[in-house]
Amino acid sequence: MSAITRDEVAHLARLSRLALTNDELDHYATQLDAIIEAVAKVSEVAAVDVPPSSHALPLTNVFRADEVRQCLTPEQALSGAPAVEDDRFRVPRILGEEA
Amino acid sequence: MSLIRKTAAELGAMIAGGEVSAVEVAEAHLDRMAEVEPKVQAFLHVDRETTLDQARAVDARLRAGEKLGPLAGVPVAHKDIFVTRDMPTTAGSKILEGWRPPYDATVTARLRAAGLVILGKTNLDEFAMGSSTENSAFGATHNPWDLTRVPGGSSGGSSAAVAAYEAPLSTGTDTGGSIRQPASVTGIVGMKPTYGGSSRYGLIAFASSLDTPGPFARNVLDAALLQEAFSGYDPMDSTSVDQPVPAVVEAARNPDVAGMRIGVVKEFAGEGYQPGVLARYNEAIQLLESLGAKVVEISCPAFRTALPAYYLIAPSECSSNLARFDAMRYGLRVGDDGTRSAEEVMALTRAAGFGPEVKRRVMLGTYALSSGYYDAYYGQAQKVRTVISREFEAAYEQVDVLVSPTTPTTAFPIGERADDPMAMYLADLCTIPSNLAGNAAISVPCGLADEDNLPVGLQIMAPVLADDRCYRVGAAVEKALEGRWGGPLLAKAPEL
Repeated sequence: MSAITRDEVAHLARLSRLALTNDELDHYATQLDAIIEAVAKVSEVAAVDVPPSSHALPLTNVFRADEVRQCLTPEQALSGAPAVEDDRFRVPRILGEEA
Repeated sequence: MSLIRKTAAELGAMIAGGEVSAVEVAEAHLDRMAEVEPKVQAFLHVDRETTLDQARAVDARLRAGEKLGPLAGVPVAHKDIFVTRDMPTTAGSKILEGWRPPYDATVTARLRAAGLVILGKTNLDEFAMGSSTENSAFGATHNPWDLTRVPGGSSGGSSAAVAAYEAPLSTGTDTGGSIRQPASVTGIVGMKPTYGGSSRYGLIAFASSLDTPGPFARNVLDAALLQEAFSGYDPMDSTSVDQPVPAVVEAARNPDVAGMRIGVVKEFAGEGYQPGVLARYNEAIQLLESLGAKVVEISCPAFRTALPAYYLIAPSECSSNLARFDAMRYGLRVGDDGTRSAEEVMALTRAAGFGPEVKRRVMLGTYALSSGYYDAYYGQAQKVRTVISREFEAAYEQVDVLVSPTTPTTAFPIGERADDPMAMYLADLCTIPSNLAGNAAISVPCGLADEDNLPVGLQIMAPVLADDRCYRVGAAVEKALEGRWGGPLLAKAPEL
């Protein structure tokens, strides 16, 4: 039995904002199936009572001082933008047709 | 001896003493690059004038009596995942092709402050995802030992540049082995510092809880000097460790393992390992014993599950980190014809801009974080991470360092694993546990495999913030082996 179906891969591609072709979906479905089967081995470690670690350091909630400091100028911040209008990032429409 | 064959420490001393200028040293390396780059293809971006400008500025600073560090004027090749104001930064991805960052990474800024001269930006697997540098959108890099083979990855441009004498030093990043494995397969030294010991600010993120900048060099002392130059606390990185940099240079100058306790990881040997790799590894263990170290076998059973845990944790973090490539603020934008929505443009851009490995990992991470699968995959992987850290802690109660082969095989042929992700992932089998636990680990050359005459690396792992132990043991192995070989391993590499 496969760990992941082609339809599930299509759903993941949508969630991941990747416009994949049908051929790509077939290809990735096969590969992801093999990878998921391999990574499922994590279940072999008995860890019911073990706390999870998100990272290796004993640090939580690191904040910097709330002080005004130098940052990018508008020109610098916009320097790599695909499209700019009136000192702002110009983006495609973000609302549906019916809106 | 020509300038390109000198160590970084030697070059730094010659420049400081006025024996040679930073410009002359930079020119020698730029000439070498012009000669061998057509074969090696280690660099994505080289700009002779920008490099010479930096060298001229260092010479002027030294003439003015400015006190710079021991590497002032020494050239360095910089992995193209650190942002640089004066050079494009791509992370090996089409989605960032031509992008000029508006700021410098902390590592970049510290290289400049110490007077290092950046020769150019080196090739890498796209967003540092891979073990061969074949996943670069801009073509493969070739291993200087055998041009038909990979230089390792993801920092393969950096390892190849140093092994090909194009640069005495280079920077890398290590998320699952991306410094140590390329160092191993190109016969040089590569170090993953303790997580948080070197800043991630301005390092294009792959897996934030694992990414660690570190040095490549042709010898242990040079690696220590470079680590010292760019490491240390950085308030711009929220997981930076506010502690002094371990005394890595002093350790590299004291190659003494007498009385040290060295643990041999039982799980990292046997099936799946190339016989020539195991032969050199076992000789290195005997060597350490002959130098006065006490060698004991250590069992860390959960290390066997490190690889699957990593391939859940790293893709999960990558799927989140790479969401920033949305075609809106910088980088590629595809299909914006005035009729399509932002969401459609985003999906078309990401499909066109990301390569296959990045797409696989983004989808895998999205899967592992999905409701219904989260507990079984990402959640369980995080628990395995805790178990692995505990096994390290228990081991370090008995020994000072742990050793293993750096990677199970020597450099594999270009193309061999390109469309077999699971085979590719096995290259990181021995390096991943140290990333999950945040420990320090180094790879030093320990000989050539009998089957193919290609380099083998010894991995030396040490506890968090005990980076100096990696250098001490690495320097002892290097000194003893170079005595046997009559010089560095790299001297055995064929002429390019």
